[in-house]
Parts: sequence; C-alpha cells; structure tokens
Amino acid sequence: MDDLLSEFLTETNESLDVVDVELVKFEQEPNNAKILDNIFRLVHTIKGTCGFLGLPRLEALAHAGETLMGKFRDGAKVTPEAVSLILSSIDRIKAILAELEANAGAEPEGSDEDLIHELERMALAADGSEEPAAEEAEDESVAKGELVYQILERPLRPGEVSLDDLERAFRETSMEIELPEEKVIDEESELDAELEAETQPISVARKPAEAKPEVPAEKKKEAKSAAGGVSNQTIRVAVETLEHLMTMVSELVLTRNQLLEIVRRHEDSEFKVPLQRLSNVTAELQEGVMKTRMQPIGNAWQKLPRIVRDLSQELEKPIELEMIGADTELDRQVLELIKDPLTHMVRNSADHGLEMPADRRKAGKSEKGTITLSAYHEGGHIIIEVRDDGRGLDVEKIKKKAIQSGLSSEAELEKMTDQQIFRFIFHAGFSTAAQVTSVSGRGVGMDVVRNNIELIGGTVDLRSTQGRGTSFIIKIPLTLAIVSTLIVEASGDRFAIPQLSVVELVRVQTNSEHRIERIKDTPVLRLRNKLLPLVHLSHLLGIAEAKDADASFDQDNGFIVVMQVGSQTFGVVVDGVFHTEEIVVKPMSTMLRNLTMFSGNTILGDGSVIMIIDPNGVASAMASHASGAIAEEMANGGDDGIQEAVEGHSAISMLLFRAGSPEPKAVPLSLVTRLEEFEVSKIERSNGRDLVQYRGALMPLVYIDPGQTHRAEGTQPMLVFSDAGRSMGLVVDEIVDIVEDRMNIEVGSERPGVLGSAIIKEKATEIIDLGFYLPQAFDDWFMRKELDISALTKKVLLVDDSAFFRNMLTPVLKAAGYDVTACPSAQAAFELLENGDVYSAIVSDIEMPEINGFEFCEALRRDARFRKMPILALSAVVTPASIERGRQAGFDDYVAKFDRPGLIAALKDVFSGELGIAA
Amino acid sequence: MKKNESFTAIAGETIQYVTVVIGGQLFGLPISQVHDVFVPESVTRVPLAAPEVAGVLNLRGRIVTAIDMRRRLHLPPREDTQMMAVGIEHKGESYGLVIDKVGEVLTLSADSREANPSNLDKRWAEVSGGVHRLDGKLMVILDVERLLGAMVEPLAAA
Repeated sequence: MDDLLSEFLTETNESLDVVDVELVKFEQEPNNAKILDNIFRLVHTIKGTCGFLGLPRLEALAHAGETLMGKFRDGAKVTPEAVSLILSSIDRIKAILAELEANAGAEPEGSDEDLIHELERMALAADGSEEPAAEEAEDESVAKGELVYQILERPLRPGEVSLDDLERAFRETSMEIELPEEKVIDEESELDAELEAETQPISVARKPAEAKPEVPAEKKKEAKSAAGGVSNQTIRVAVETLEHLMTMVSELVLTRNQLLEIVRRHEDSEFKVPLQRLSNVTAELQEGVMKTRMQPIGNAWQKLPRIVRDLSQELEKPIELEMIGADTELDRQVLELIKDPLTHMVRNSADHGLEMPADRRKAGKSEKGTITLSAYHEGGHIIIEVRDDGRGLDVEKIKKKAIQSGLSSEAELEKMTDQQIFRFIFHAGFSTAAQVTSVSGRGVGMDVVRNNIELIGGTVDLRSTQGRGTSFIIKIPLTLAIVSTLIVEASGDRFAIPQLSVVELVRVQTNSEHRIERIKDTPVLRLRNKLLPLVHLSHLLGIAEAKDADASFDQDNGFIVVMQVGSQTFGVVVDGVFHTEEIVVKPMSTMLRNLTMFSGNTILGDGSVIMIIDPNGVASAMASHASGAIAEEMANGGDDGIQEAVEGHSAISMLLFRAGSPEPKAVPLSLVTRLEEFEVSKIERSNGRDLVQYRGALMPLVYIDPGQTHRAEGTQPMLVFSDAGRSMGLVVDEIVDIVEDRMNIEVGSERPGVLGSAIIKEKATEIIDLGFYLPQAFDDWFMRKELDISALTKKVLLVDDSAFFRNMLTPVLKAAGYDVTACPSAQAAFELLENGDVYSAIVSDIEMPEINGFEFCEALRRDARFRKMPILALSAVVTPASIERGRQAGFDDYVAKFDRPGLIAALKDVFSGELGIAA
Repeated sequence: MKKNESFTAIAGETIQYVTVVIGGQLFGLPISQVHDVFVPESVTRVPLAAPEVAGVLNLRGRIVTAIDMRRRLHLPPREDTQMMAVGIEHKGESYGLVIDKVGEVLTLSADSREANPSNLDKRWAEVSGGVHRLDGKLMVILDVERLLGAMVEPLAAA
C-alpha cells in the first residue's frame, strides 16, 4: 500500500503540473475539445485514484472540479473565473498532496467546503445556461459527501458513473483486507467526522490509508523530483541511485586519469591499447550517466505558464509567454537550482518589465505584452534568456536609487556606461519598483537571483533598451559534477582554474606586443585597446616569497589567464600553464571551507591533490586588491570595485621625493608638470641663482633647503612646475615613489614651505607647500594676474572636507588678495552663513561626505539671500557631464581642483561680472 | 601531581593507545580512532589556510587534510625531514596528524589515567584528555575531538 501511495503522489503531482499548463491553454482556446478532454481525463484519474486509496478530501475536491469541467465538455461557456476557480482547486489539491506526503499518507484536516461550494455553484450556473435541470442539486447540503455524489454524477455520461461504481466496489473490497491496528491519531476535523458518519464506505476505506507506515525518505524524494512521462519505455529510478552511480563514475574517471598518467610516463607499454579502450568506455559511460541526470529545461518551466496567467489577471495586463527550446537538456541538479531564480525573473518581467495595456498602446505596441523564455546550448554551457518587450530599465531611476542607497556617488555614475548602471539592480535591497506590490518591489530578488546563479558557477547579465524591453541572460554550466579546468603553476604549486571562466591565455614577453605595463605599481596589460588589470596568482594566494614574485613581474615573462566573472574581466598572471584536465570537484574539508579563493579540491591524474580556484573568489579579491584607478578602468567593476571607488574618492596621487634632508617629502602629483633630469653641466648660474635652459626659456631652480646645492656631477633630478609659460624647477635628491593615498595632514607646520606631516606609506612625510616655493622663482607668480582686483578685499568662504586642500588653497586665495575663511563641511558653512557672516563668494568642493557640493549649492540657491551669490565648484572630477550637473545645481563655475590659476581666474570672472551688473 | 579521584572510570577497563612522538613528547591516541598510519607524501599546501594546516594529500583516493601537530602544539618546527602521519576521522572527514614518529601500541588501564596537571600549558591542556604515567616517561592523551573541533568550529562560525 505504501508503494502505491508514493506512486500515486508522484504521478498525481506530474498530472497536476500538466493540468496547470493545459488549463492555461484551454482558457485561451476554450473551443479546443482535445485540450478539455485531456484535462478532464487527468482530473478524473486523480479522482479515481483518490477514491481507491481512500483519500476522501481529495476525492471530493477532484470530483467537484471534474463536474464543472464536465459541464464545459457538454458545451457550457468557459469563463476566466471558472478557470481561476479550477486552478485554485488544483492548488488546494497540491497543498493537500504535499501534506499527505509529509504526514506519511494521512490527509490533513481542514475543509474544502468553500471551493467545493463554489465549484458547484459554477457548475449549476453552467447548467442553468444550457438547461435548467439541476433543481434537485439546490436542496442538497454541501457537506454531505455521499449526497453530493448523487447529484453530481447524474449529469455525467454512463461510462463515468460505472467507473464510480467500480471505485465503490474497490472500496468494498478494501474492507476485506486485513485491517491494520488502529493507532490513528485523531486529526480529523469535526466535519470529517460527520462525513465519516454519513458516508460509510469512505470512512472504511480511509482506515488502511491512515495506518500506512511511513513512506521511506527516498520515495518521497523521488516523488518530488522525478518527472517525465511514464510509459513502457521508461522506468523510475530513485534519484539517489543515480547520484551514487554518478559518484562512482566520477571515481572511475579519476582512476582512468591516473592510469593514463602512468602510461604516459612509460613510452612503450603493453597497457597502452587496452587502456585506450578503457578510456573510451569510461568516457562513454560517463556520458551515459550524465545523460540520465539530464532533464529538459522545460521541466523547470512547467509552472511558469500558470504563474504568468495568474499574474496577468492580478496585474490586469494581458501577457503572452513564449517558450523556446524547452527540450534543451541540463543537469538535474542545476535544473533544481535555477528553477526559483527563473520564476522570480519571469515574475519580475511581468510585474515591472511590462507596461500597462494603456501605456503600451501609447507607445505604439500591441496591448499584449510578451515574455520570451529561450534556452540553447553554447559550448559547455546553457544559455537561458528571459526577455520582455516592456518599457526597459530606467537609467535615471536606477541612478537615483544608487545614490540614495549610497552604492555610488553622482560623480562615479557619470563615468559609468548604462550597462554598468543596470547592474546595480543586482545589489541587495535594490528595487526600482515605485511601489511594493504583492508580486515584486520588495527589494529581495535580483541579488538573490544573482547569488543563486553564481553559486552554481553561472553568470547573469542583462541588456535593456528604453521603451523596447529588457532581457536577462543567464549562462550556466551543463553540469556541476565534472569540470574542465586549466592546470597552472604559481610559485611552484599547481592550481586548477575552471575553464568556464577562462576567456583566453596571453603569453607575455618583454619584447613582444603583449607586455605588462604599470600604473604606479599596479600591473596592467594592453589587450585589444583595453586595459586589463592584472594580479599575480602568487600575490592573491599570499604564497609568493616577495622577491620571487617581483622577479617574475620584472622579467615580465609568463602567462596571463584572462578571466571573466560576470562582466568583470581581469588577468591572472601565472608562472606556467600545463594542460587542461577534466576533474571531479570534491568539496573542501570543513576546516578549509572558509577560504573563498578555492571552490574545492581534487586528485589529479598523477595522484596529487590540487586546489581548484574559485573565479568568484578571485574576482572579489581582485576588486579589493585593485586600487581606485584600476577599478575605474575595469570594464565593469564588481560590487567591491565600486565600493572601493566610493571609498577612494578622497585618495589622491602623491609624488614622494627626498630633498635636502633624509625625511620623505610629498607633493600632489597633479601639480607637477614634469619630472626632469638635467646634466649638471647644463645648470648655469646667473644673477645669483641657478637656472637651466628649458624649452627655449630660462627656468629658475629652487631648493627646498636654502643651503642646498645641486649635485656636483652626473644628472640632477627635479620637479618642473609650469604655469602660463613660466616654469620652475624644484631640485630634489631623489624621486622615491608615486603613491595613491588619502592624505590627512596630522601635524600642522609652522615652518614655511611645509604644510604639515602626513603618514604616507607608513612613514611620516612632509607635505610641501608649493605656494611657498613658487614665488621664490618668480616673485609675482600669484600676483601678476590678480593685482588689479587685489585692492578690493573680498571675503571668500572655502568649503572643503580635505584639510590638505584647505591648507593649500587658503594661501593661494590669500595671495590673490582674498580674505579667506575655510570650513570643513557644508554644515559648518551653513552655520557660518546663518551666523550672519557675509561672504562675497563661496568656493566649494563637490566630493564631500554627508552633504555634497551639489546639494550644498542647491540648498543655498533655494535661499533668497544667496540666490545671487557667486558660488564656484571645485572638483577632482571634471567631465562635461559633471560640469553640466554643476550648472544645474546652480554653480557659477566649475573648476578642477588643482587648477589654481583657473580658480583665481574664475573668481575674478564672477566678481567682474558682479561688478558689471552692479555698475 | 595528585591523583584526581573524581575521574570516573570503570575499574579494570583498559584502553589501547597508539603512541606517537611529537617534539620529543610521547602522546597517545585511542586506537579506535586511528584509521591509518602513513608517510605523508606529496602534500599540497593550501594557501591562505591556518598555519597548522600542513596541506592536503591523497590517501588512497581520499583527500586528507594534514595537520602539522608541531605547529598545533606550538612546538618548534621539525629539523629532520622524517615524518609520519596518523589518519583519523572527524565528523565524516579524513584528517592526517603529522607527527615525528609512531611508537608501540600500549594497553593501559583507564583508571590509571590522571587529569591534566593544573600547570600544564593552556594550549596543551585544551587538546589533552589526561596523562598516563609510564615507566620513566609520561604519555599525554590526545583528545581528537577537541583537537580538531577547536580548529573547525571557529572557522565555520566565521
């Protein structure tokens, strides 16, 4: 009996899935008798089996459903409500079945009176529409199961009635079966008890069912997952058996690999031929077993037509679901894992991908929206695409949301392509749905989808065209058990990299076209007009003896494995590449499972254990390794990359050098025009100072320390600062490095020429005040242009969160004749302004925490007092888009942060403009 | 060292121990927990793993995580290259404890076991299940559960 029940559960579940699909079809084509026949037969079978097994609740429900469908078959009009009702009855049946399975064959308590009543009402209505012959039905009480049968069966054809009789006969016989000891837990509702009293045959039949022993676990599992049509051609095999078979084959593959490896070492071996044969057989066996695990993707799609139909009704949008390539096969395990993400994506498309019919009409599209699911094979992957022809993603909306949720700043968004911006929807808690509906917009979803897909080594990407639709492209491996990998070497150890994520291999040599270049210390590779960020595998894994890795980088020889994870592309430098090998992934031991860099390990053909690199782990490590500059260059920064860029916004490039004294000194790199070395002999002395001829003019040399002199022989390095045709050479002893770092001047300085000390590269470093040295070369360096307005002392408020810039710009502005007040934040500026301080102009940084420059300016412009005040923006990012943004915010001018002459000029302009108006 | 009376052991019960030497100290592992004794060969190191993890190796088709017992017990690293390993199981996974050498199997009475001396190095006390006094030397009982459990759990929680 238990076998029977599990068989029943499996089959019924399958039938119900089919009914779901068929019903949706039926609703669209109500006159197709074939579909109706199909549904009718399936429901009838369910009812019949339930009766046989003694499941009264199910039987009654199925029966009521069948009756209504019988009416349809007899020509009653099919209404969407009727179909909805039948669908919800089927849902109820499914729910009961699920509990049945969980409770080892006992029907859950509860009543389906509501549904049965509705079904009957509908059936009567249907009757009424053709022949008013159901008066008797009206006086029957719904709860009386037996009586219900009598009325409902009457309109059925003779064939069916006799079947019911047959069932009854079965039930009677089941009484004669040795009755099991009554240990029934009383979980029947009172209604059921009533039913029991009134419907004797059913209650008797139920007893054996209740007392049934537990369905074995495997059976349940099988019942859940097994699918596909049943015929004489197929047999049911427990999934566990297949899993076991698969494991054994995997082991066999490993052993074969080992044997092959041994034979490879012995050139003439008599084993060679038989081994070759074994190898082929193994390969075929592997393929065969893999095939048993393969299932058409259509199995994962089965529930979608129903879901779309329900959504269509709920959202009041007509939706058509197209499914292409449903017979594309993939591993069962993978199939299970993508089911939910797919469902979610389809719901998403239906809910906020497709527009309302009215909007679609306006946009010149047909009212009916289309969601297309397609699947096909490509290489060792399967590509699944979920496409809708809806409104497409709204870039501006996503941008706004990204800023709101602090994922990115305005400035960074400006630099991103639409493609990059779209990817924000994969972030946790990111929903652009204007309002939360029951379907979506709850902020859980796309990130979960992405995680689930990445978990199985897949990727998800999207394309969207405003007004034309959105499509999500999922790429997943066909199977998870056996992975094709590339075996590489780094620092003497071998590692396996899954080929799925390997795009290509590049051999680099010093004198070939592919060579490693550096931006600061970060290695990059020029690859077809793109800069590819590189990282050495040894560095990533921390296995490099520092000098080794440096050496290998210095030689610039080696292999670069170009990897793609999501839309992030990067190169992993390895010392050597061996071959590719099919490996069976074995999970890491629990002790090592916390290492994100590895997805597992395996035994290679030569018997040694090898670690399998997890591309996702590398990608995220890469993003955190990468400095801000690299993150920007990456075609598409991952989350961490973006995060890095956000955090790094206050980091600036500093040139480190030594001059005069052994302490390191630093100056912002962007201020330096060139680094030059001059032959000492070229240094001439005239008018009491050292000069060199530089680009057709004399360039005065300035020393950090007045007592310092240039070198006696050889070459003399110096930093050249140029402005408006004038240049100054700052003589240094040695240029140490260029570093990118946040600069916090921790200790201010009273000494002229030094702004203060900051920690750079873990060393206290003096930050040079160029404002002090520049006038040494030309006394009027700052004065010449500003002289005319210097008479008018104007108060300028400088807002910048960076102490460095406050310290640097204050003297510059002062030198230009302004009375400068510096404050570290927009809030502080508001306070000053509220206190009644009057300023002629405000110079504000853009990239500031909490209130940024744009917001600051917008807030000021809203206040009548400041509507006319000149406000200048100062930013490290100067792009046409950011300038435009600045104008919108109300800035009078937008100046690059290091463009000091530009700032002076802009200030002068706004004041002269102001004067002009006043005059 | 005073005998701890509270140690509950059934008189007459004996336990067989596989004795191993780690850094000159004799240790005992209950024989029921020892699956193999093998010479660890071609150990693949695991980058980024805890320092006590010597690496992973293939033991008859199974991947075994090798634990460097000298490091685990905070002993100086071994100078000679000779080493052995004891294969054990913990929660369904295979581990190899890399030790200096394996000694004989001793059958000891459970009630002659003594609790850890109170002044024992805390890091040792964590993994020691007591001490047996043998002729001329002491044998520390290695508690495998605690030894590996402490390595797995904090990581798993992380």
